[in-house]
Amino acid sequence: MSLPEPFRLLAYLLGIMAFVGLNAAYLVWVERKGAGRFQRRPGPTEVGYAGLLQPIADAVKLLTKQVIVPPGADATLFRLAPVVVLAPALMCLAIIPFGPHLVAREINVGLLLLFAFGSINVMAIMIGGWASRNKYAIISAARVVSQDVAYEIPMLLVVITMLMVTGTMDLNQIVRQQAGAFWNWNLFKLAANPLMPVTFVIFYICMLAETNRAPFDMAEAESELVAGAFTEYAGMGFGVFFMAEYANIVVGCAVATVLFLGGWQSPIGILPGAFWFLLKLYALVFSVVWVRWTFPRTQFYGLLNLSWKILIPIALFTLILSSVMLKLF
Amino acid sequence: MSLTLQQLQAHLGGLVFAPPEPAAAAAGPPTSPERSSPPESEAVPSSAATAPEPDGVRLVDYASRGVHLEVRTPASQVVAAAELLDREGFALDAVTGVDWIAQGEMEVIYDYFHPTAPWRVAVRSRIPRDHPQVPTISAVFPGANWHERETHDFFGIRFLGHPDLTPLLLPEDADFHPLKKDFAV
Amino acid sequence: MAVAQGKAPNETFVLNLGPQHPATHGVLRVKLTMDGEYITRAEPVPGYIHRMQEKMGENRTWAQYLPNTSRIDYLSAMAYTHGYVGAVERAAGIQVPPRAEYVRVITSELNRISSHLVWFGAFLLDLGGFTPLLYAFDDREKILDLLEGITGSRLTYSYYRFGGLYNDVDEDFLGGTREFVAQMRPRLGMYRTLVTENIILRKRLEGIGVITPEQCRKYGATGPVIRGSGIAYDVRKVEPYSVYADFEFDIPVFPEGDSMARYLVRMEEMGQSLRIIEQALAKLPDGPVMAEKVPRVLKPPAGDYCYAVEAARGRFAVLVVSDNKEMAYRIKLRTPSFSNLSLFEEVSQGMMLPDALALMGSLDLVIPDIDR
Repeated sequence: MSLPEPFRLLAYLLGIMAFVGLNAAYLVWVERKGAGRFQRRPGPTEVGYAGLLQPIADAVKLLTKQVIVPPGADATLFRLAPVVVLAPALMCLAIIPFGPHLVAREINVGLLLLFAFGSINVMAIMIGGWASRNKYAIISAARVVSQDVAYEIPMLLVVITMLMVTGTMDLNQIVRQQAGAFWNWNLFKLAANPLMPVTFVIFYICMLAETNRAPFDMAEAESELVAGAFTEYAGMGFGVFFMAEYANIVVGCAVATVLFLGGWQSPIGILPGAFWFLLKLYALVFSVVWVRWTFPRTQFYGLLNLSWKILIPIALFTLILSSVMLKLF
Repeated sequence: MSLTLQQLQAHLGGLVFAPPEPAAAAAGPPTSPERSSPPESEAVPSSAATAPEPDGVRLVDYASRGVHLEVRTPASQVVAAAELLDREGFALDAVTGVDWIAQGEMEVIYDYFHPTAPWRVAVRSRIPRDHPQVPTISAVFPGANWHERETHDFFGIRFLGHPDLTPLLLPEDADFHPLKKDFAV
Repeated sequence: MAVAQGKAPNETFVLNLGPQHPATHGVLRVKLTMDGEYITRAEPVPGYIHRMQEKMGENRTWAQYLPNTSRIDYLSAMAYTHGYVGAVERAAGIQVPPRAEYVRVITSELNRISSHLVWFGAFLLDLGGFTPLLYAFDDREKILDLLEGITGSRLTYSYYRFGGLYNDVDEDFLGGTREFVAQMRPRLGMYRTLVTENIILRKRLEGIGVITPEQCRKYGATGPVIRGSGIAYDVRKVEPYSVYADFEFDIPVFPEGDSMARYLVRMEEMGQSLRIIEQALAKLPDGPVMAEKVPRVLKPPAGDYCYAVEAARGRFAVLVVSDNKEMAYRIKLRTPSFSNLSLFEEVSQGMMLPDALALMGSLDLVIPDIDR
């Protein structure tokens, strides 16, 4: 790339925004189509071929709806929340390496930045729930906070494990270390830590919980809390929360791909890196959709028990194990 | 289930059917005295005067009526009857009323079923129409709470001692009782 | 587990669950007094779609009231019509021909399965699992098609008449029902492996919302609720009506009393209903489906008559008081959901909100059945 740095960054930012927008729109389509298949029905078929234009129609509908700020709500915070929820997801994507050179900003503390921004999501939902002045929203906000705090811990323990194994916070560097066939991926680096697949599963579960996806969708929990923190949001306010949910899934799956599945590394040595990255990314995203339409929702304390009593001990154990392995070998 | 209809009839026979004889209650299984004589017992009429059938316990033909045992009792005895049936292991089916406008009476019907034996018992009590009140059995069967509230909604029958007689199915400000026969539709 | 322990007298707040809320499946309002996510008091406020069905019974003829009975519990309309028709037949002393009774059993049991399927889907929806609903509706659709074929209606059938049926069943129905029974068995197995054995479902239901047999008795709870508390009470066995005495079937009973027990009761019951349908199809006698001498204008002799049936949600009893006129003097509908809901306040105390909703779902409420 020979563009001057500011223009290059601008181009990348535009690209990322378009990527997030398109992803949100078309992941909704994938979700609806996928849900349809899981439920033995065709899903959207009317708008465009196989319903492909459905997301556009939805977006137009959401955009033309009035944004209602309920009386009694804190108008500033209420309007702020959708912005705060989407911005960190965009930031995270700026440091994700989509290909060997396809990264907006390569920085050597990428991993740290990722989780710093990733945590803002919680605050946004809390702001939204709090500002709505709705009891369902407040219950939901309180749930989200305790849920995300609970799951941040095992997730970060896993990340520390990975940090010890890889020895770097630079995402692109992590990917480069996993070059070669698929048994070089961190997921299969059993020499460094025999429990690596377990670590991946913990990370995956934590990612589901962090993004408030079923079966951990305590925030929305439509049969309990109507729509949770988003109850009072109409039109694009709700639309942005929706987009952010999918953006967060993409970020979560992208991080999982980078950390465990070899990022843009091709397992068989053909086709460009970006292709493999997206393939792995969407395979993970699809599994997230799959989980959502298969399992019922967990109970809230069951969710917290899972984190505090099962995931954290296991994550701690793998952490200690890998540090011991590191010392021994 | 060892309970037979005849035993049940005998037990229920221990209820007081002529109002001013509380001593007779002791003949049956022990009943708690404060329940068997409700505070407003002076308001209880001798319903035998206008009721089509006299008070008492009688076996009826299940095939043609749908109940096995019918108990006609003065209003003062419905709680004692409920306690007795409770001890026999009966469950509350429903509480309802019938407005006998021609006779100037209201009938309160307590239906019971037995969860393990095939017996059905109906306890009926007639009360004056212009002053309809019976003691509540919700202390014995908490499930009666809603049934009595409903019956109060529909007939205006007051259940003395009931914890909360606000309308259940009717709007909360309803001051009419639609199942009374003189309620114009 | 789900009990607030050693809590300081905190501030509580009131949360209105309904009248329009996804979990109440209709217009039921529950006034929750909450301490955080714990329920300190849950007061159901029914009556939002109260239609005064009982008064309607008093100002229309016996036959005119018949369609109303399908609209009380619209999910198991057959059993409700059966209860009313049975009460009037008992009052008027009408003998129903055996073929009609067998067809009544077949249709009632089909309707029970379809009702349980709706509950199954809706219950899983309450628990956040959306997919089983569509599978359940897939199966239910077949039942509705069968019943539509003979009654002309998919939900509010009004198929039974005093003394028999509206019309005889045809070969399409009988063949279709046989086919359905054969198809449904493996489907029940599929539900067991896909849903019942799911760890999340089990964790959410086991030990949650325990109703004791004593509570069932005191509140008059019936149907799967009482059978999930270990009491084998089923009107079909205890007070056999119609021709239920002719069939061999078991009453599924689970002693735990928790939401899982009620869930399992209903799942097992569908299998038992299939058994009954199979036997009824095999034994179905020929003959008329209408009693010979049913007067055009019914005037049952004065008196009161009661008839109870086992509807999908429990004991449905109709008490009719006749004064020998063409209209009823009084019709009392004893509906199972009313009694089943009345114990919600006591049982839900101290539970967490999602658990209470699981409990409510496991009671299988149909709101018009409560409000009438």
